[in-house]
Amino acid sequence: MSDGAVSVILGKKEKFERAPDRRSEDFHERLFELEAEGELVVQRITGDFVEVPTKYGVIKKIQKANLWHHKSCGQCGHIPGYSTSIFWLMRKLGYDYIDPEDQTSCTAWNYYASATSNQAAQAAVAVRNFAAAYETGNFPLIHCGTSYGHYKEVRAELLHDGALRQQVTKVLHRLGKQLVLPEEIIHYSEWLYAVRDEISARAVRDVSGIAVTVHPACHYYKLVEGDAIFDPDVYHGQRTAAVSGLVLALGADLRSYSTFFDCCGFGFRHILVQRDFTRSFATLRKIEVMKEEADPDVVLTHDTGCVTALDKSQFAAQAHERNVGVPVMSEAQFAALAMGAHPFKVAQLHWHSTNYRPLLEKMGIDWEAAWAEFQEDAKRLKSGGQEFLTWADVDA
Amino acid sequence: MPATTLDPYMKRDHVAGHMDVEREEKERLIGQVMADSRFGDYLYGCYECGICVAACPSARFYDFSPRRIAQAAARRDIDLMFQQMQEDIWECSQCFSCLRCPRGNNPGGVITIMREVAVKEGLHSAKDALAGYSRIIYKIMSTGTQVSPDMLQPDAFPDWGPEVKDVSENLDLWRRMLPPETMHTTTTGWKVADRTLVELYVIWLETGALDMIAQVDQGIHMILEEIMEEKLEEEGIEI
Repeated sequence: MSDGAVSVILGKKEKFERAPDRRSEDFHERLFELEAEGELVVQRITGDFVEVPTKYGVIKKIQKANLWHHKSCGQCGHIPGYSTSIFWLMRKLGYDYIDPEDQTSCTAWNYYASATSNQAAQAAVAVRNFAAAYETGNFPLIHCGTSYGHYKEVRAELLHDGALRQQVTKVLHRLGKQLVLPEEIIHYSEWLYAVRDEISARAVRDVSGIAVTVHPACHYYKLVEGDAIFDPDVYHGQRTAAVSGLVLALGADLRSYSTFFDCCGFGFRHILVQRDFTRSFATLRKIEVMKEEADPDVVLTHDTGCVTALDKSQFAAQAHERNVGVPVMSEAQFAALAMGAHPFKVAQLHWHSTNYRPLLEKMGIDWEAAWAEFQEDAKRLKSGGQEFLTWADVDA
Repeated sequence: MPATTLDPYMKRDHVAGHMDVEREEKERLIGQVMADSRFGDYLYGCYECGICVAACPSARFYDFSPRRIAQAAARRDIDLMFQQMQEDIWECSQCFSCLRCPRGNNPGGVITIMREVAVKEGLHSAKDALAGYSRIIYKIMSTGTQVSPDMLQPDAFPDWGPEVKDVSENLDLWRRMLPPETMHTTTTGWKVADRTLVELYVIWLETGALDMIAQVDQGIHMILEEIMEEKLEEEGIEI
């Protein structure tokens, strides 16, 4: 390009003003200020909570019990052992919860994929869910990385955009609801991090010989990153400690790899209609690099999209003789297995694609016997002897 | 009109088969992008360092660059931004890895706004990009959950391995074998109360989200409108 062309381009640049501090803000002050002005209601953390460190040093409070499970459409839709494991862990550790029917998806998957929504609609869906949780007196716990990141974006927009706040408040009034924002937006993975020592103390299976790589979800720690957990004791505070902190507490062999920061390749729209992109990125940039550099027995992540992209992409890649073949699951499923959960009745691994059986064998789990038990239960349900499997059946 | 522009930043005039439009129309469309209240928080110029490109998954597989998005917006390059609205924006993975920008830019966020305008204005590129996506749109807007177990059909996901067939064949039984009571459903991710659906419909209607669907898919819009009207009438809610 000629110097003249560069001058023209530079000459067209706008001037930008911005605050010198680029860190994502500590939103709490603004939140309580607006509450004091009567613009919104803040749902506070109650009962026992754990303080955890975040990226820029702001302490985040994680409520331990009485949680309102904001489920994930992807987990519940096709990786059901993910949500089931979270519930199971909570039950085993003795923490009360609510599994509500008055919750919708955050609708962000659709929004990021198709844009057939808008800022006000997205914000109204978020706060309608928050209001529903508030009405029960239980604190929302967000299962999905995208819901978590998206809700934090929504919170920032509502705190700083009066017109949006007004618009959303009007919609909520039509529903007979108040504009409610929780004191903290908490991902299930943060709850697991907060109770990681309790989980470790209850582990019945030795996982010290299990090599683990972690893929953290982009929307967990790249969107409004100041809220994500970073712990000086995990990767020297240079990477998010979500998932990895639990792996270390369980005593598993946590292994690093060079494309840790990379996305899984999910792509929202791409996973459904341009899967060649998802498959290529998931296998070439993530799974193969992990295999080459860390040789893991399992990949642990904490978002539906990541489990889907990394697990399902490996089947077709085998046809191209790619270096793939690592089971993928959430750290909730892995923690549940370590605490003795049934691999099929709780972790529901039969919904996964990549072969998880060698991992189970290495963990000392007789998967053939477990599958036979599952089949027995299936027979009972098929014969009409019982309509649903219950928590009592799972623990029997 | 030449097939290739003289501007080195431009691709081809006729991008992906979409015709060029008058300058005034481009200004109107891009004006909507820049008027969005989030735009000012998403863009602070561009160092041209390329960190966003290095972090971007789509940049590895498509002729796509988050840096070009930031630069075009920073230069207020209406022609290039319009061209990007006709093609590039649909290649973004919305992972927000580009937020690694040392300047604090959010090219993924700028793209979110550009996509919204493309949908609202019914651009051909949006219709093309969303063809094949209608089932998800329908699902989320009508049921409140967007990924349902019965979507896992082997004909739709032959590349996901034989387990998809197993899941599909055993769907009802395996869903009943899930201990959480809300998850015995097959057409939704979990059981959603009727009242909650009604509240969702009110949100879609009041915020104009339903109107956006009409621009990209008249068929889905008609079906959704009918479902929502009926449900709201049952609940005695006036639109």
